[in-house]
Amino acid sequence: MTEPSAPLATPLLERHRALGARIVEYAGWLMPVQYAGIMEEHRAVRERAGLFDLGHMGELFVEGPEAGAALARALVTDPPSLAVGRAHYSMICAPDGGVIDDLIVYRLAEDRFLVVANAANAATVSDELAGRINGFRAVLDDRALATGLVAVQGPASAAILGPLTTVDLAALHYYAIAEGEVAGIRALVARTGYTGEDGFEVFVETAEGAALWDALLAAGQPHGLVPVGLGARDTLRLEAGMPLYGSELDRNTTPFDAGLGRVVALDRDTDFVGRAALEAAGAEGPRKALVGLTVRGRGIARHGHPVHAGERRTGVVTSGTMSPTLGVPIAMASVAPGDAAPGTMLEVEIRDARAAVEVVLLPFYRRPR
Amino acid sequence: MVPSDLRYTKEHEWVRVDGDLATVGITDHAATLLGDIVFVELPEPGRTLAQFAAFGVVESVKAVSDLYAPVGGEVVEANAALAARPELVNGEPYGAGWMLRVRMGDATQLEALLDPAAYEALVAEG
Repeated sequence: MTEPSAPLATPLLERHRALGARIVEYAGWLMPVQYAGIMEEHRAVRERAGLFDLGHMGELFVEGPEAGAALARALVTDPPSLAVGRAHYSMICAPDGGVIDDLIVYRLAEDRFLVVANAANAATVSDELAGRINGFRAVLDDRALATGLVAVQGPASAAILGPLTTVDLAALHYYAIAEGEVAGIRALVARTGYTGEDGFEVFVETAEGAALWDALLAAGQPHGLVPVGLGARDTLRLEAGMPLYGSELDRNTTPFDAGLGRVVALDRDTDFVGRAALEAAGAEGPRKALVGLTVRGRGIARHGHPVHAGERRTGVVTSGTMSPTLGVPIAMASVAPGDAAPGTMLEVEIRDARAAVEVVLLPFYRRPR
Repeated sequence: MVPSDLRYTKEHEWVRVDGDLATVGITDHAATLLGDIVFVELPEPGRTLAQFAAFGVVESVKAVSDLYAPVGGEVVEANAALAARPELVNGEPYGAGWMLRVRMGDATQLEALLDPAAYEALVAEG
């Protein structure tokens, strides 16, 4: 028997406790699941702004003259195609095409990239990347523990962050990143997020995390910004139709099965890890389709609930909740491709009853522009 | 402070007794722990419940929890208002957020429940 290792803490744990957060262990970290309540936090992000501690995410820097080529070999996307200062959604897959993690890749310089991995997979991705870039003139600098990450998300985000930063936010596009200062702290500011709203993710040295948090919380107060925990982070991303590793994606799912085949860059020469399996998966068509469901009957569809098309079991719910914005239960589900057309009526088995659900287009929520 | 006129289960249900009629709900402590309650599933009137048997579920945004009958008996009424307004359980757990009225079969079952002091001690233990 080995003792489970003690959970990690971000530099903000005491801040969360002082703000009345309920703390849970998540992916080996002590994290706030909620402060005032998931509904209230969710609405604050949709209507004003929310502040998130994402210090548990894994920041992996890859640097060197062949950093781009190394990542092009390691990931299913083609990071050398990114302009400096831009980012894209990516995945790292196993040789059999199964998803090891989904990632955001930022190009910081010609020869320097930042790969952000999910907390639960950060160590695995770090090990895999280290192995896969071996032989290239590139080095991996795993700065997961050395980096603090705070996100400001919501329509008021730019108004809150703008006065605090030297970065020109008006020139910072969606999925772009720039170096600068925030509240006098050296930072990378990215216009990315996981909520479906405009917003920013600010990377700093771990030691500066608390000062960054305090500055953003204070600057955000007049705009109605509130701290937001992992609970609302999940409902926000689900409404936005964004996948969560462990729910929509896992080691037994290819990007094609999750409806994310478009992420895989096959029209290039690189023999990236998983290429042969993913080419075959792309050619034969998906075995499963990821769909949105709106519950028309009674009950809330949850992860793991079976989905039926008449007497035939067609799939399973991958994520489900009560949508705070729409006021109805919503879910994502993996179903047979033939049952994936919007408007199709299916049934979800909730405990000992079946509830009618309708297949709908993702996302459930799209922000007004 | 928990209401002094109720009896409680270790699973955080309360029961208020009026003759052989028992009104059942969940405590403020339970509702707070669950967070925003968004769905309550209750049995149809006429169903017979055994003491401590699961009779329904309460769901918050994140979690699903079973509900247990503090006393056995026949369900006389389920709180229909909770279908449209489950948040009443958060707002008024001992009032408008009640869940069931049960006609008790055996009043001695109340002896198996916690009195307010014992329940308060349970909550204080965390």
